[in-house]
Amino acid sequence: MTTTTADITRIVAVRRAAATRRQGVAAGLILALLAAFAMALYLGDYPVAAQGIIQSLLSPLTGLADRGVDFIVLQVRLPRAVLAILAGASFALAGIIFQTLLRNPLASPDIIGIAHGASASAVFCIIILGWSGLAVSLGAFAGAVLTALTIYLLAWRNGVTAFRVVLIGIGMAAMLAAVISYLFTRARLNEVQQAMAWLVGSLNAARPADSIVLGGAMLVLVPLMIALLRGLDAMELGDDTARALGAKVETTRLGLMLVAVGFAAFATAAVGPVGFVAFVSGPLARSLLKGAGRGFLQAALVGALVMLVSDLVAQHLLPTVQLPVGVVTGACGALFLLWLLMASGRSGRVN
Amino acid sequence: MSAHHQLLAAGLDLAYGDRQIVSALDLTLPPGKLTVIVGANACGKSTLLRGLARLLTPTRGAVYLDGKPIHQLPTREVATVLGVLPQSPIAPDAISVVDLVGRGRYPHQGWFRRWTPEDDAAVADALAATDTTDLADRPVDELSGGQRRRVWIAMALAQETDVLLLDEPTTFLDINHQVEVLDLLTDLVKQRGRTVVVVLHDLNLACRYADHLVAMKSGKIIAEGRPVAVMTEEVVEDVFGMTSRIVLDPVSNTPMIVPIGRHHAEQTVT
Repeated sequence: MTTTTADITRIVAVRRAAATRRQGVAAGLILALLAAFAMALYLGDYPVAAQGIIQSLLSPLTGLADRGVDFIVLQVRLPRAVLAILAGASFALAGIIFQTLLRNPLASPDIIGIAHGASASAVFCIIILGWSGLAVSLGAFAGAVLTALTIYLLAWRNGVTAFRVVLIGIGMAAMLAAVISYLFTRARLNEVQQAMAWLVGSLNAARPADSIVLGGAMLVLVPLMIALLRGLDAMELGDDTARALGAKVETTRLGLMLVAVGFAAFATAAVGPVGFVAFVSGPLARSLLKGAGRGFLQAALVGALVMLVSDLVAQHLLPTVQLPVGVVTGACGALFLLWLLMASGRSGRVN
Repeated sequence: MSAHHQLLAAGLDLAYGDRQIVSALDLTLPPGKLTVIVGANACGKSTLLRGLARLLTPTRGAVYLDGKPIHQLPTREVATVLGVLPQSPIAPDAISVVDLVGRGRYPHQGWFRRWTPEDDAAVADALAATDTTDLADRPVDELSGGQRRRVWIAMALAQETDVLLLDEPTTFLDINHQVEVLDLLTDLVKQRGRTVVVVLHDLNLACRYADHLVAMKSGKIIAEGRPVAVMTEEVVEDVFGMTSRIVLDPVSNTPMIVPIGRHHAEQTVT
């Protein structure tokens, strides 16, 4: 039972290899994100040369203004790309927090009914209350928080087990889908159109104000999340082991759930319930990491990348029509869900 | 090793909801010794371990660590003195052995004290003690049952606590691995002066390794003390409702239980 320096060197080497992999994956994702961001600023119906884009981006500093180009770059493409990145990262963080806490890849907020709560509330605001714009976003936010709270309370039985949250969440999702259908039967055609547009999730109406609200929320939520993350080191080993290691299990779990609901609610309020970004980002990041870490940073980057690239595809796939981004993420995400279910069916590990 | 920490239960009642499992139990764990708790299924031995580990709040009585009620001490402080390995801990998907064992350093870290060379040394030490250094970079979910159990014990060892509680650390292991695990725990007691408490199923191994044996039935302690004093034919009959003969273990000179079933009952009268 004597430990040699060779043993310690070995531990250090294994830990360093994992850290290198984490940094490598993060660096690769950042590069891909930068490339996608450049494409988002460059591609569009109105051709702007690369030089013009750079000039435009720097115009607040240099004072060299070209009204037409500045409008396209600074008022149309930039806010859209920034909102895509912020919303993608928010969805991804909401997803990976739930998936890690509940130890289940199916437990992302777009599957366990939180997104449905936001949708049902938004549709209610549009059809019954006749609201539009920011008011609908506020309604969606309230709906998401209220649904999360309901699921938590219904799942509570001397503590919250992952499996109960997932089952009750799926039940809530089905019920809220019925509510949405019922509201549609009572609506006029133009209201249905407006509601449908919101439901699919889209960046077509991205305004700088959306990014400011979401960015501000993230400035609060991300530090809160980082403060709570350390507890996950212990909580990933099961509640008993976590308590044995001295972690405050209930506080950490409730805190992280609130943060995750915050991410999901603010992102949904900004861009609508864009499907599957929350669901795919965590598992994708982890498959890149191959066990080298929990991958919250990497998941946020994957989410931002998925959102940005999906929006580019949605804008430019068809020559005449701009698709909403939710159509693209929904189609890709559904394939991913099938793959996950088949893969986990083989190894028998859905929950 | 620092001075021994003292763990004891006084008038302890433990319950799950309305179901009372352990009642009015007194137990003092001898410091620097290996204590083994035995008893039939559902006798409350795992529940008692969870109570001692402050994972279950008593409905009456208390567990005292160094004279203070353990439930009122800051949980992180307790975790630097008392380590626990539950019966079925959960390993996150694809986690590596080094990462998992490193989680045992959790109570020694904080907001501003992250990973240090001291943590590396503790992890290396824990891996060496459990003979798992060669597995360091392997994913835990690819290991065999015996390897996985040793890695979990390494996680608890990395916590570097004076007192260590383990719930059935040998269950589902092959006999050679069972002996390995118990040898390792004995090393901890003899070489490092740790206080170790284990719940075990195998009575013969319990008698062989225990310094202090505790026999439980229906949430109460029937007998405790040195195995040779505790493990009598009457106690086996009382605890397990089974007749038996006690002989001397030819290897360790400790009591060995030879069970007697219906089909052999008559042949025993010699």
